[in-house]
Amino acid sequence: MPLVALRDVTKTYPSPEKGGDPIVAVDGVSLDIEAGDVYGIIGYSGAGKSTLVRLVNALEPATSGSIVVDGRDITGMPERELRSLRLGIGMIFQQFNLFNSKTVRANVAYPLKVAGRPKAEIDSRVDELLDFVGLADKARSYPDQLSGGQKQRVGVARALATSPQILLADEATSALDPETTQEVLALLKRVNRDLGITMIVITHEMDVIQSIATKVAVMDSGRVVENGDVFEVFSDPQRPSSQRFVSTVVKGIPSPAELEVLRERHEGRIVTISFRDGDASQSSVFLDLANAGLEFELVYGGINDIQGRAFGHLTLAIRGADAATDAALRRIAERVDVTEVA
Amino acid sequence: MDRLFELGGEFWVAAAETLYMVALTLLFGGILGLLIGIALYTTRPGSLTENKVVFNVVNVVINFFRPIPFIIFIPAVQPLARLVVGTGIGNNALIFALSLAASFAIGRIVEQNLLTVSPGVVEAARAMGAGPFRILRTVVLPEALGPLILGYTFVIVAIIDMTAVAGYIGGGGLGNFALVYGYRQFEPVITWAAVILIVVFVQVVQFLGNWLARKVLRR
Repeated sequence: MPLVALRDVTKTYPSPEKGGDPIVAVDGVSLDIEAGDVYGIIGYSGAGKSTLVRLVNALEPATSGSIVVDGRDITGMPERELRSLRLGIGMIFQQFNLFNSKTVRANVAYPLKVAGRPKAEIDSRVDELLDFVGLADKARSYPDQLSGGQKQRVGVARALATSPQILLADEATSALDPETTQEVLALLKRVNRDLGITMIVITHEMDVIQSIATKVAVMDSGRVVENGDVFEVFSDPQRPSSQRFVSTVVKGIPSPAELEVLRERHEGRIVTISFRDGDASQSSVFLDLANAGLEFELVYGGINDIQGRAFGHLTLAIRGADAATDAALRRIAERVDVTEVA
Repeated sequence: MDRLFELGGEFWVAAAETLYMVALTLLFGGILGLLIGIALYTTRPGSLTENKVVFNVVNVVINFFRPIPFIIFIPAVQPLARLVVGTGIGNNALIFALSLAASFAIGRIVEQNLLTVSPGVVEAARAMGAGPFRILRTVVLPEALGPLILGYTFVIVAIIDMTAVAGYIGGGGLGNFALVYGYRQFEPVITWAAVILIVVFVQVVQFLGNWLARKVLRR
């Protein structure tokens, strides 16, 4: 049974104008999130992903559909019960949302106080958490004395305080520079691997998905247009919006404009060869070309590693006799996808 | 100047009366205003305990009373003062009227300062399972404490100003002292002595307020 199961979930807001149509933020979404997943949800701003994640801890009530978290249907659950449910779901935010009037220690202790834990337990748990995120020396600092990356690490420690099963990350790295982004992503990876916490990661940055997610859902206008294993979606995106996102991190098949430039710079035929984990190796392809007496160079593309599996598109400029080239490409096409692009 | 020394004792009594009126107004008006401000903040649409009826009623009541000039407000609430404090005249009647008037102004200031607390911080507390009352007490009020202190400082200064009209209903204080012994008896030195002491009070209050706010905000 999935840890979080959404079925036909819809969330609408009343129109800001009187008598106008209601705004549909989430439109008939069904998703299964298994324990241990790092489930990435990607979409442009306004795609409904932030609303979707707030339905999981019921910060926003769903308009229709059912949401089952850890076997309990949370739609229509009374507020008091929702509060105890939220103790089991941590959340981190783009703007960190730390309590500026409280020290780092008091920030991390806050959810434990809400949970009514005894003081001795709170003290030792906070020490443990600050150690885990590497901020033991900042316990007495205030948030405004910390850097962005440190603030988010406090956010993570605070979200983990009550040992939740699920961590929701709402654009958790979007306010950080690339270097601190990597630092926070590494921490989140550790949270998932070492503590076994299931994560739902909202982002508009594909490289966040690429580096930590195991599964991904692409959202567009409130709908999930494509979802599945990260490797599947990255190596073979089906829908235009997925392809756009994938193209931001994967140098795939050159666009017509790029082709024109390649055409000008390189002689011979230009061919894109698509590799996918489990297909023929690059070396066997290159060997075929060399054996046919062809000259070739790599002009575009790259190989990507997703969850330890490789895929990629390599575009080659091949020079040599046409007949020999055709024969070599035919042989190669038996094992991998070959597209003559120019 | 000689006249001021003749009146020495009464001058200090007037000063004490001003402090007495300000202190009690701050106590009653400050608490009432805090409650009004909290009510406005928590019941506004989309807030902790959204309640359209309470929000609109409190809002309308404040907007009704706030524009009334204080000098007219005093006689207008005089019957109510008789009922509550047992008299319509004197320092205590003034404290009643002043507390009421101040509570409306304080209510607005408290509301505005609470609204400066980032909604994201409130959402974070909700996501941790905290209830509305706990969020108000442990998140919203502490986060807004710095601006609240500055807001109350502003209000105390305004209350010091407003006690000057106490003489109007037979109360005392430095304002009354300046009018009775300075203005009406053509003794500008006495008027200015009262003015200077009021300025000193205001400066001290502002200094303490700024200092405390800075301490809270750690800047």
